[in-house]
Amino acid sequence: MKAIEARDVVLSFGETPALRGASVSVAPGEIVAIMGPSGSGKSTLLHCLAGILVPNAGEIHFDGRRIDTLDENQRSALRRDCFGFVFQFGQLVPELTAEENVALPLLLGGVKRTAALKQARPWFERLGLAGLERRRSGELSGGQAQRVALARGLVARPGALFADEPTGALDSLTGEQVMDLLVVSAREQGTTVVLVTHDARVAAYADRQVIVRDGKVNALVRS
Amino acid sequence: MSVPLTLLGLLEREPSHGYDLKRDYDNFFSRGKPLPFGQVYSTLGRLARDGKIVMTEVEPGVGPERKRYVITERGATDVESWLTEPVRAEPNLQTVLFTKVVLALMLGRPAEEYLDIQRTAHLRRMQELTEIKRSGNLVDVMLADHGLFHLEADLHWIDTTVARLDALGKVVRG
Repeated sequence: MKAIEARDVVLSFGETPALRGASVSVAPGEIVAIMGPSGSGKSTLLHCLAGILVPNAGEIHFDGRRIDTLDENQRSALRRDCFGFVFQFGQLVPELTAEENVALPLLLGGVKRTAALKQARPWFERLGLAGLERRRSGELSGGQAQRVALARGLVARPGALFADEPTGALDSLTGEQVMDLLVVSAREQGTTVVLVTHDARVAAYADRQVIVRDGKVNALVRS
Repeated sequence: MSVPLTLLGLLEREPSHGYDLKRDYDNFFSRGKPLPFGQVYSTLGRLARDGKIVMTEVEPGVGPERKRYVITERGATDVESWLTEPVRAEPNLQTVLFTKVVLALMLGRPAEEYLDIQRTAHLRRMQELTEIKRSGNLVDVMLADHGLFHLEADLHWIDTTVARLDALGKVVRG
C-alpha cells in the first residue's frame, strides 16, 4: 500500500536536468525524510510529489490516483483539499492573526469563519502557543511562527504533509521542538509526511530516509 | 583500527614483502604512529597460522625479511566482509572509515557503495538515539545528543569524501 509514489520522474529546468528518473514511495502514515546535497533535486522531488511541479516524464500517484496528468485547477484543488505544507520560513500571511493563519486552509476550503477559527484554536494549546492566537507574524519568534505554520499545515487533517526544510531557519533546540511536535501531531492524525532536509539530526525524526543524488533516489538507503 | 585486516587488504592489492607492507601502512594509515617491524611480522605470522596468507619465494642468500606474502581465498573473504559490512555506528570512527575508503580505492572496489551502506547504518543509529531523546529524561537526552552530534560529523565526512572519491582514488593508486 502506497500513499504517495513517484515513478521514474524526470524534470529539467531549461537545459538543466533536476530529476533524472527519481522513484520513491511512501506508505500511508509514514514519515519519510528526503536528504541530499545542495542542488541534488530533493526540493524539486518534493514539489513534484506535492503536485506543485509537473514532471517532463514519469508518474506521480497519490492515494492510488495519478496526479501528474491533472490540469492546474485540479492540482490546485488537490493541494488545497488533501495536502498541507510547511516551508523553511513559515510564510505566514502578515496581515492575519496567528489563529487566522492557522484557519486559512479551512477558510479556503469553504468552512465558515467562526467554525474555522473554532477548529484552529485547539492547535495553540497543543503546540505550546496558548495566548498567542491574536498576534500577527511580526510579533512571533521564529520558533513560534514555525509552530503556527505547522498547525496551519495540519489543521485541515490533510492526507499528506509536505515540509521543505521546516527547521532550516531555527536554532538547534527550537528545531527539535518543532520536529517533535510535527512527528507527534502527524502520528495522531495518521498524516503521511514527506520532509526535505539537509540536516541528518532532523531526518532522524523520520521513519525512513532516502538520499537524492544527481536527480535520482539512492536505492541503497531504502529500507 | 584493525592492523591485521589492513595488512590483508594491502596484500590483496599485490603480494608483498614485510618491509613494503610496513612502508605502505605507514604511508597511508599510521597517521604519525609508524607500525613497529615487530608488530608487522607477528601479525603476518598470525595471519599465516590462520591460513589467511601464505609465504612464498624465500629468496636464496638473503635474510628472512625477503619472504613474500600472498593472500589466500580465506584472507580475501575476510577483506571483502570487512569492507562490505558497515562499522557499528558509534562516535569517533574516522580512522577505521578512512582506512576502509583508502583500501577500497586501492583495490578498485566500490568505495561509494560502502559509504552509502555506512551512511544508512549511521542514520539508523541516529533514529534510535532520537527516539531515546523523545522518550527519555534529560540525562538520556544529553547523552543521546553527544552521540548524535558525533554521528552527524561522521555523516558530513562521508558526504565530503563521496564528493572527493575520484581525486582520492588518483592519490592512493599513484
